[in-house]
Amino acid sequence: MTEPRPLTAPAAAAPAPIPNAAPSPNAAAAPTPRQPSDGSPVLETADLHLTFTGRGLRKGFDARAVDGVNLQIKPGEIIALAGESGCGKTTLARTILGLETPTSGSVGYRGNPLRYSSRALRAYRRDVQLVLQDPTGALNPRQSVYEAVAEGLRIHKIAGDEERLVADALARAGLRPPERFFLSYPHELSGGQRQRVVIAGALALNPSVIVADEPVSALDASVRGEILALLLRLRDEMGLSVLVVTHDLGLAWNIADRIAVMYLGRIVEVGPTEEVLANPQHPYTQALISVAGSHDAAGSRPELLKGEPPDPTRIPNGCRFHPRCPALADGRAAAAGVASACTTAPLPMLPATTDAHLAACLLHPEVRRAALAAE
Amino acid sequence: MTLLDIKDLSVTYRTEQGPVPAVRGVDLSVDAGKTLGVAGESGCGKSTLVSAALRLLPRSAKVTGQVLLDDRDVLTMNWGELRAVRWAKASIVFQGAMSSLNPVQKVSRQIAEAILLHEKASERQARARVGELLEQVGIAPSRMDQFPHQFSGGQKQRIMIAMALACRPQLILADEPTTALDVMVQAQVLTLLSDLVRDMNLGMILITHDLSVIAQTCDHAAIMYAGKVVEYGPTAQVFGAPSHPYAKALAGAFPTIGDHASRYAPRGLGGDPPHPADLPSGCTFHPRCPVARDECATVDVRLWPAGVDHSAACVYTRDASRSGEGVPA
Amino acid sequence: MTATDQPTIAPHARGSVVWRRRRAAAARTWFELWAEPQGKAGVIVLGIAILVAVLAPPLLGQNVLSIIAATGRPFQSPSLHYPLGTDEYGRSVLSLLAWGARPSLIIGFSAAIIAMVIGTAIGVSSGHYGGWVDTVLMRFDDWALNIPFLPLVIVLQALLGRGTDKTILVLGITSWPGTARILRAQVLSVKARPFMDRARALGASNMHQMVKHTLPNIMPLVLANTTITIAGAILAESTLAFLGLGSPSLNATSWGSMLDGAFTAGAVSRGAWAYLLAPGLAIAIVVLAFTWCGNALEKVLTPRLQSR
Repeated sequence: MTEPRPLTAPAAAAPAPIPNAAPSPNAAAAPTPRQPSDGSPVLETADLHLTFTGRGLRKGFDARAVDGVNLQIKPGEIIALAGESGCGKTTLARTILGLETPTSGSVGYRGNPLRYSSRALRAYRRDVQLVLQDPTGALNPRQSVYEAVAEGLRIHKIAGDEERLVADALARAGLRPPERFFLSYPHELSGGQRQRVVIAGALALNPSVIVADEPVSALDASVRGEILALLLRLRDEMGLSVLVVTHDLGLAWNIADRIAVMYLGRIVEVGPTEEVLANPQHPYTQALISVAGSHDAAGSRPELLKGEPPDPTRIPNGCRFHPRCPALADGRAAAAGVASACTTAPLPMLPATTDAHLAACLLHPEVRRAALAAE
Repeated sequence: MTLLDIKDLSVTYRTEQGPVPAVRGVDLSVDAGKTLGVAGESGCGKSTLVSAALRLLPRSAKVTGQVLLDDRDVLTMNWGELRAVRWAKASIVFQGAMSSLNPVQKVSRQIAEAILLHEKASERQARARVGELLEQVGIAPSRMDQFPHQFSGGQKQRIMIAMALACRPQLILADEPTTALDVMVQAQVLTLLSDLVRDMNLGMILITHDLSVIAQTCDHAAIMYAGKVVEYGPTAQVFGAPSHPYAKALAGAFPTIGDHASRYAPRGLGGDPPHPADLPSGCTFHPRCPVARDECATVDVRLWPAGVDHSAACVYTRDASRSGEGVPA
Repeated sequence: MTATDQPTIAPHARGSVVWRRRRAAAARTWFELWAEPQGKAGVIVLGIAILVAVLAPPLLGQNVLSIIAATGRPFQSPSLHYPLGTDEYGRSVLSLLAWGARPSLIIGFSAAIIAMVIGTAIGVSSGHYGGWVDTVLMRFDDWALNIPFLPLVIVLQALLGRGTDKTILVLGITSWPGTARILRAQVLSVKARPFMDRARALGASNMHQMVKHTLPNIMPLVLANTTITIAGAILAESTLAFLGLGSPSLNATSWGSMLDGAFTAGAVSRGAWAYLLAPGLAIAIVVLAFTWCGNALEKVLTPRLQSR
């Protein structure tokens, strides 16, 4: 694994937003987050379901946004949660953060199920933090950078020299020298700098896990690399786990150790990034990769799925992917003898795993056996 | 056959803080049956370029140069001729199609409006044409009397494309046609556009910030930075072997799956794209350029040849074209 | 706005820098308000009214109000000595007008502040908590909105008895329903913004979210609404006084009680038209000035919020 070396700009000659100076040689050693030492997952979901009940005009139409998810996050790994809009990845991330309460199933942190009392949630929030998609909207325009980063410290009444903790967090997020940014307001900073402030605000609490919801999609393309390199550096230097929610498989290829692909509320494929993206097993993943363009398959015609994903209030019967499944349409499913099962049996719910490469498709012998055994 | 020839186009906005140059001397051309992709980030002027080509900018914008559409300069046409050109010769597919459709009018009415404004057709003929167009873009003609909210995002974008084709233009200007669409729907829409270009021998300019979109659909690519074209050439060349450091950085921001060089190696530039009111001197990219030299702050950059039909506005390209060396990586 | 190099600030000095920025922002708002024609007119008129309210009592002295010490003949027409004529007791109408500014403005301000505090608390809680809290509070608000304002105020004042403090209380507890609803709508839109999610994710309690995030972001609306509430309160107080429910003290006077006096004593039929016209015009002009200020403030403060 080569060390990432992002291109950084030399000192600006023309007027520019506050430039980042070179890292100071005697920067304080970064504190390590509290991770389980035995390698067990730091965060996991068990049979998680979240249904938004229809109200008023939408009575009777329940949206099953998260429909049975078993996910494990290891300490010190970057895992990408990928999928198109409506697949439930953002809802899943918010449920993991405790911003939504699951309809059934549980979220477990370091082996203990999450409780939803305000005290338990507040303690949890010290360990699991959020970085949002739009850095401009995520910062209160009336708060200075110092106040935005110190807010977490003040809410949790963290002991210590507040100013030093804020400076430390800003420095770890790449804004150096940190004092220069204390009194700036969000509108005075560039997009990349704002996202670093949001990350610093999360880092100030010294969390073990950061949930990043589309952390770079609102930023200009040339700026994305610095933020992604920052996430990698946090993983390497601090042992932080990062759950990145994204629609961009290229981003997953860039920085993720593992990837979980979701469709209509369920994980359809999970495993180490190289394995999943180089050798996808589920027809949906195969289609997504063919459309995103891959190095190995350069020049081949992308596999276009028909139509669009249905919305979560109208999940198809049988395998929820079967109406659009290319394997069903071109006969592979029939050849394997599972074509009728595809239209009647639900998409299998994958068990939690930290290393295995699993695909929720009946074309897979092990999955088929497990599904048949379960009936 | 060259459909559109933009020569030395410059657009300057008059604002309270003084003149702001959004486009600074751009030369581009599009042939029939070909697609040109224009890539760039915020503030590079690509959307302004497209609006200027059809004179859709507000009065506070000063436009100089020539925009030759079928050898007639759009910028000096009289009002009547311009109206005829708009939509019948060249049409635009706007950004954010979801909001461009009137939510209280039926889709058939909105498409028919474009037809009736330009051709002397009866209502019945217009409706028949609407049915044809919807079929061409892959929407069942039986749905033509539905309202926009009854369609999904991807379908709304197709309706916008149908509207753009209503008057049988020769040229389509598509401004970020697939932003905000999912990757699968995006692929469907881009395939549709490519097929239309091929089947109807149209010319198309595709504006986007997403290089992978251009890589999929365009024959030629132009990369803009701070109002100027900094690299131009066949798509395969511009992305496979970019010359300009900005083009390299931009290409690096869209890693290809399976390419081990980009695994755990995110590449990005510091700083931000410059604001048009505050442009650096010389080569506007020099503050962020990883290989900038002293002369970059003062040199007057133009497009220098970097290969067959391939040019880049970089001093290294200039030197290389004189001596035969390559640009430092 | 390009940022300039900010020097490192020592912690003890940082507070003062924050205040300097706040003062600078307030100064900017002031200049923009002044630039608005409505704002300029409103501020000038209010400035005059406040000046009169503050300076008139000490300058004119109590005697001017005394019925016993009245020096003029009743219902004199305007003359050099009595620019607006005299009332039924022979007191100078101009002096009465000047004295009357104070209670009108004081009652107006105080009642509006009470109403704004209640309205803000209800509107913010309702918008923030949602669910049954919102339902209960808004149904209560509906009910309060549906009761006709003036009859309610009259009944309450009659029940509580007359007096300045009681008037302030009555107007304060009846003027909040519209404000609560408007603020709730704004709170709902602020609640949807990403930084509220971030505050929740950081672990902020509901009170923290409402006070530190929601309130500062709806402050422009609160301010604009306050000025309009003041206008309404002044009008309501004048109405109460006109109906005979004003301050019971014979020597006290407000514009509303002047109208009452003029009407009851039949000033118009006596030809003392200034006695009736003057307080009426004064009320109208001050209320208009507050409304202008409110409109101008809203215009000035809203686009700045958007540009950020």
